[in-house]
Amino acid sequence: MSGQSERNLSLNLNQGSQGLSKRLLRSQLGRELRILVRSPADVVNPLMFFALGVMLFAVGLRGEREVLAEFAPVVIWVLVLLANLLSLENLYRRDFEDGSLEQLVLLARPGFLAVLGKILAHWLQAGLWLCLVAPLAGLALFLSPDQAGFLFITLLLGTPALSLLGSVGAALTVGLGRGGVLLAVLVLPLYLPVLIFGASAVLENMAGFSTSAQIYWLASITMLALTLAPLATLAALRISVEQ
Amino acid sequence: MSLKTLWHKLGSPRWFYELSGPWTTGFGVAAALLLAVGCVWALAIAPEDYQQGNSYRIMYIHVPTAILAQSVYMTLGVAGVILLVWRMKLADMVLACAVPFGLWMTALALVTGAIWGKPTWGTWWVWDARIVSMLVQLFLFFGLYALREAIPRADAAGRACAVLAIVGLVNIPIIKYSVDWWLTLHQPSSNLLTGPTMPSEMYLPLFVNIIGFYCLYAYVLLASLRLEILRREEKTQWVQQQLQQPLPQQPQAV
Repeated sequence: MSGQSERNLSLNLNQGSQGLSKRLLRSQLGRELRILVRSPADVVNPLMFFALGVMLFAVGLRGEREVLAEFAPVVIWVLVLLANLLSLENLYRRDFEDGSLEQLVLLARPGFLAVLGKILAHWLQAGLWLCLVAPLAGLALFLSPDQAGFLFITLLLGTPALSLLGSVGAALTVGLGRGGVLLAVLVLPLYLPVLIFGASAVLENMAGFSTSAQIYWLASITMLALTLAPLATLAALRISVEQ
Repeated sequence: MSLKTLWHKLGSPRWFYELSGPWTTGFGVAAALLLAVGCVWALAIAPEDYQQGNSYRIMYIHVPTAILAQSVYMTLGVAGVILLVWRMKLADMVLACAVPFGLWMTALALVTGAIWGKPTWGTWWVWDARIVSMLVQLFLFFGLYALREAIPRADAAGRACAVLAIVGLVNIPIIKYSVDWWLTLHQPSSNLLTGPTMPSEMYLPLFVNIIGFYCLYAYVLLASLRLEILRREEKTQWVQQQLQQPLPQQPQAV
């Protein structure tokens, strides 16, 4: 036993900082997921909001089949943006209040990996579930199964960008008493390209056109956000923690 | 003076305050002259458009404000980088002072565009790519303004705005491209640059007005920067001395 643990230790030492970063990301993600499992309301509330929004649109449009199918991609994408936005408030709030956010900013090295762990957990909490529920909503709004499946793919590519971009806004407003409306004003303009490419991909797919351009754009926006947003978030968190 | 010493000297608000006095007056006079010449030329002398008649003349306000709105956002992004990297006080003040001007320019561009749209397109508002990009820009400016208002501590507010300005600057090309791509796919946009080219009698006053608006921007920015410097350095000795000097053009109390 002791031989093996020594080997593990030396393995970790050999891996050097890379191994440490991996462990940091894993432990941060593990912590967030444990918190998530213990507070299921954080998962359920955005989904309920989303379902309510779909219902309001469907009833408001008198449940008419052609109209609903025509508007479904845009309605679903807009509701996904808003549900995501609502769940952002809690992304850093609790950690800010109990002081663990300060520890994270001060101690975690490299800090952007710890932030990335938090953002990834947020995506698993809000984005992934919305991705899973949205195709069902699509079916309820009379999309064909193929179209609903395609909607799922666009959401899967686009929602990580929402969590990443939104995390910058959440980090900037976390120190403020009521950041809610301000958060929406800061974040929603940045969401516009994701909405355009996501919704237009589904619309063009329904009309039978090629949608590779939108898919590539969604993927590249997500990749760009993945590289830059954690750094911006970290800078914003440093400012928020100081005040 | 070498560029490097200039860079270091910009770190001192006092130095900047003393230097910027004559520049402020200069830009103010230049803006007044250029805008007076440009507007008279544009409104009275430039020929009527053979299609749009006199209504096209609002272009002489609309185009400069739209150009300025984008330039101001560029300034904010650059100031944001300088603030975060070098912690220069002046960059923080630029971030604070340029936002209201940018907000006004964007709003003016949208309003004049709507007024121009009524006689030429027959409607106040269309969801055209350029208009929507301008509208998004208005929201970005407003976000910067609202964030600064919301954060109580001045230096934290400045750096938070810097982060937001940089994020916005990275996003603006993507937003513009996506909006262009999506909205012009379905309806052709009527715009100035691809339309019939303007003769020089029409173009020159526009050029004068654009330069005039840039001078106005420089004047407003410098004047509000000087005020901001006095406000923030209130406790220092040199500001106290400045404030004790009698203002030359102060009106007599009755």
